[in-house]
Amino acid sequence: MRPFHYEHAADRGEALKVAGAHQGAAYLAGGTTMIDLMKLDVLRPTALVDINALAKDHSEIRADASGLKLGALARMSDVAADPSVRRDYPMVAQALDLAASPQIRNMASLGGNVLQRTRCPYFRDTGWSACNKRHPGSGCAALTGVNRKLAILGASEHCIANYPGDFAVALAALGATVDLEGPKGRRVIAVEDLHRLPGETPQVETTLLADELITGFTVPAGAWARRSLYLKIRDRQSYEFAIASAAVALDLDGGLVREVRIGLGGVAAKPWRAHEAEAALRGQPLTEASAEAAAHAAFAQAKAPGELAFKPELGRRTLVRALLQAQAMEV
Amino acid sequence: MAQPPDPERGPSRRGLLTGGAGAAAALPLLANAKPAPPKTRMEARARMAMILNINGRDHHVALDPRTTLLDALRDHLALTGSKKGCDQGQCGACTVHVDGRRVLACLTLAATVQGRAVTTIEGLAEGETLHPMQAAFIEHDAFQCGYCTPGQIMSAVACVHEGHAVSDDAIREYMSGNLCRCAAYPKIVAAVKDAAPKMARA
Repeated sequence: MRPFHYEHAADRGEALKVAGAHQGAAYLAGGTTMIDLMKLDVLRPTALVDINALAKDHSEIRADASGLKLGALARMSDVAADPSVRRDYPMVAQALDLAASPQIRNMASLGGNVLQRTRCPYFRDTGWSACNKRHPGSGCAALTGVNRKLAILGASEHCIANYPGDFAVALAALGATVDLEGPKGRRVIAVEDLHRLPGETPQVETTLLADELITGFTVPAGAWARRSLYLKIRDRQSYEFAIASAAVALDLDGGLVREVRIGLGGVAAKPWRAHEAEAALRGQPLTEASAEAAAHAAFAQAKAPGELAFKPELGRRTLVRALLQAQAMEV
Repeated sequence: MAQPPDPERGPSRRGLLTGGAGAAAALPLLANAKPAPPKTRMEARARMAMILNINGRDHHVALDPRTTLLDALRDHLALTGSKKGCDQGQCGACTVHVDGRRVLACLTLAATVQGRAVTTIEGLAEGETLHPMQAAFIEHDAFQCGYCTPGQIMSAVACVHEGHAVSDDAIREYMSGNLCRCAAYPKIVAAVKDAAPKMARA
């Protein structure tokens, strides 16, 4: 690991000030991505600003009539265990519960989890020279390499890394927003707009401004939130990233779909909201056939080179099963 | 396994190991010696004075900020019970408790646990009396090589405290962050299941 300055920030203002004082500084919360990638020499911050003390102001977990408010420093395990989250936003609790391991869920903050980096093996291994995320312009070793876990939606010829997380997929599906605070003030953006698609600049992964800090998330209330789930398909039963996942929320009017929200994980370059699939289902009866039609719409633009050929079908089946399971939920 | 976990007591396996590996450098740090505070910015980057509370006792150390909690325990405090398996958060061999919650010491910077209470495998037993989970691991022969065992036991104690040791499936799920290359999993599940009610009584 390369040397860095360690600085402890007592509050938000101090965190912004300290980060602004160091070119190349990074915020440190749970550290489960940051320290890992610093050991691998993939991330090389000149300074780490320890923001764990900000938990005193930013770790709320509050569900009320307007929605669910989550502080960015709340830990994954605490949010997953919250009774109101489990009851009113089961998709959110499941996305958190099914991620990582108990130890990592105890450590990882929500803000850090949403910003976790891809698990693309060519990004994580500096022995590979071709990675446009690490070295813009160097190429993408994954295009013709070991790529079965990577993205089939939203990727580009410059990068096919997938977004590995679960919680952000649930947030994107539910139309959540993220609270940001930076040197130029506060703003609120959609979680769906937080991550960028790779395009020609895969090294720029988010729309965060310099030194901007995530302070919280808001999930708007909706009739669909209770009938929601997160279905995660993995190579092993536990402690594994999604090879494909579906975050589904349904508001049913008898047999008809009044409203539906769909997020897809494991298969896309960023936390993916499947708007086309939602549109295909809205106002329709939910049957196996309509679910399959929606799944085809979701993956219509999929590109699956090399080892990824199996993934569109797995993604479709995952979404169909999630929709039918959500329909069968007793709420 | 029944050795008292105290490196300052008579010739224990751990004492001999650390002795062989340069105890002269490691042991003085156990004596709560206060290092001089760093004077310049460069020095500050090289070494940072911090107080680590491990198993109920404050340790004054001066560490490079890059030092993980795992390396601080093993290389600077002679607490080698916490094991370094993968060193990248994938195996759980380094599991310790921080303020009662299980975390991975390999992905935790020592500097970030100042002011918090760290418990390692060395802090579980009460004197000569093993923690019920330690006793259950021996009773059920829940290991072969033993390398993952300290992490397994720390994770298992937390699993019970969290209320997750309610069924074989739940134990498997909530112990999934601890890998065992010898695949002693069935016996680990049996040990956790057996120890859970004993912990409640203890």
